[in-house]
Amino acid sequence: MAEFYGTQVSSRLMLGTAQYPSPAILADAFRQSGAGIATVSVRREAGGDQAGADFWGLIKDLGVHVLPNTAGCHSAREAVTTAHMARELFDTDWIKLEVIGHTDTLQPDPFALVEAAKILCADGFKVFPYTTEDLILADRLLEAGCEVLMPWGAPIGSGLGLSNIYGLRTMRAQFPDVPMVVDAGLGLPSQAAAAMELGFDAVLLNTAVAKAGDPAAMARGFAQAVDAGRLAFEADPMEPRDMAAPSTPVIGKAFLT
Amino acid sequence: MTNAPITILGAGVVGLCVATELTARGVPVQLCETAPEPGPQACSWWAGGMLAPFCEGETAEEPVVRLGQQAPHWWCTQGVQVVHNGSLVVTLGRDKRELARFARRTHGHQSLTGDEIAALEPDLEGRFNTALHFKDEAHITPRTALATLWDRLRENGVQISDSAPQDGRVIDCRGLAAQDTLKDLRGVKGEMVILRSADVSLHRPVRLLHPRFPLYVVPRGDGVFMLGATQIESGERTRPTVRSLLELLSAAYALHPAFGEAELLEIGTDARPAFADNLPRIRRRGQTIYVNGLFRHGFLLAPAMALQVADLICEGRKPEMMDEDHGEW
Repeated sequence: MAEFYGTQVSSRLMLGTAQYPSPAILADAFRQSGAGIATVSVRREAGGDQAGADFWGLIKDLGVHVLPNTAGCHSAREAVTTAHMARELFDTDWIKLEVIGHTDTLQPDPFALVEAAKILCADGFKVFPYTTEDLILADRLLEAGCEVLMPWGAPIGSGLGLSNIYGLRTMRAQFPDVPMVVDAGLGLPSQAAAAMELGFDAVLLNTAVAKAGDPAAMARGFAQAVDAGRLAFEADPMEPRDMAAPSTPVIGKAFLT
Repeated sequence: MTNAPITILGAGVVGLCVATELTARGVPVQLCETAPEPGPQACSWWAGGMLAPFCEGETAEEPVVRLGQQAPHWWCTQGVQVVHNGSLVVTLGRDKRELARFARRTHGHQSLTGDEIAALEPDLEGRFNTALHFKDEAHITPRTALATLWDRLRENGVQISDSAPQDGRVIDCRGLAAQDTLKDLRGVKGEMVILRSADVSLHRPVRLLHPRFPLYVVPRGDGVFMLGATQIESGERTRPTVRSLLELLSAAYALHPAFGEAELLEIGTDARPAFADNLPRIRRRGQTIYVNGLFRHGFLLAPAMALQVADLICEGRKPEMMDEDHGEW
């Protein structure tokens, strides 16, 4: 079982809640995926007077842990304000911290991210920072009080998969005891399996499921891939080698076959 | 069944279509609406007016595609001008693969080359080298359509007033306001813009594929264009945001840079009524029939819903979109 800030979660798949054709299809995708954590954005939907309450009610009805996010925030201050709003709305101190630094790649702004993480951790939030695979940045986030790291696989919504496997592997090796989630950029179940095989604790995705022709089927595919990848990691896979290694002995075979 | 008129609550596109269809079948109705004429009190005032069931099929469920095909004929029958020019779907270079995905998930389209696009829309010449053409789609001008139905009802002697009778049979077409009784109804905020440009001329709605929501430009004639629409999970009916306008206006600019010099005539915001699957519903409880949840498909689906309600009342036929019947009609 994966554990984040002392909370055990049965599924290692986390799903976002944006861009589904309808809330009914969203709910179906969650059922099929068995995902234990749902991320939800609050910034744009908020408006005055709890205008997004109907949709948030539907999210709460999914019966999973809600991880509100600060998607769409471009400064530490915006992110901190949004986190406070999310805490009120969802009655949780979990926050996925996203501070966007570049509009085309949606790459996180590492400086603002650390700044916001410090403020939020000091304020009692349990921060899940959306970060890159940069080790120094990871260090700073841990120093700030984060107990989970969420490195990107590739830019948000790109579906490119793990674009820097070396970086992710190094990060996993560098912080073996920190729960880590590959967040963003996954397009296919095989990419999720690859992340899990690297030893990441979970994956988080949204577009790959929401924008699939059949979101529920894609959600099930991801769930199976995540399980497969995790099993493989725990099973201590064989080491690849250049030469063939026959699985049955060659010497001693009857030569007249 | 008595002969007392049925009260229809709300004169948005659903209320007007239901009133029109029942009147056509000789069922006496009266319309209850607080406003003196069609206007911004109804979210249909802000609609795009695209009768584009095939394009909507990209994300909408099957009934929307099928039932939506009844719309052009129904609107024509009511004396509303329906423009049968089809619709175009284009994409910007960086989102090119979106067009292939859109084509896979819809039908009733054909691919066009750059020259073929220019033949249909001369002002788009050289701007796109491929597009999808949905030739069987159409569009109408929503405000004219609402006014046409309203006037025709009055001409036919239908009373429109702001007072609702205390008892009797009611068809509740109040849209999002019916949240007071339909607890599973939610609002989906939309923002739109109306522009005027003397430099661009289009003959059909053009959709620009966008990773987050479908953007479209609908020509209204006389150089006026409607640009829509955002789709935000919020019941808020006011407060168009800078970000939404930036996105809408940049899309128009990307479609044709001449829109950069267009005059901004109007910014509209409202919330569409929708159920969890974004499909419409007919429900009968006691003396009231509810017709609601048409989401972003008001003008596309109101005719089909009006036909189903009329079939229920006149012929006792259970509507396809009815999910609850506790009627004492």
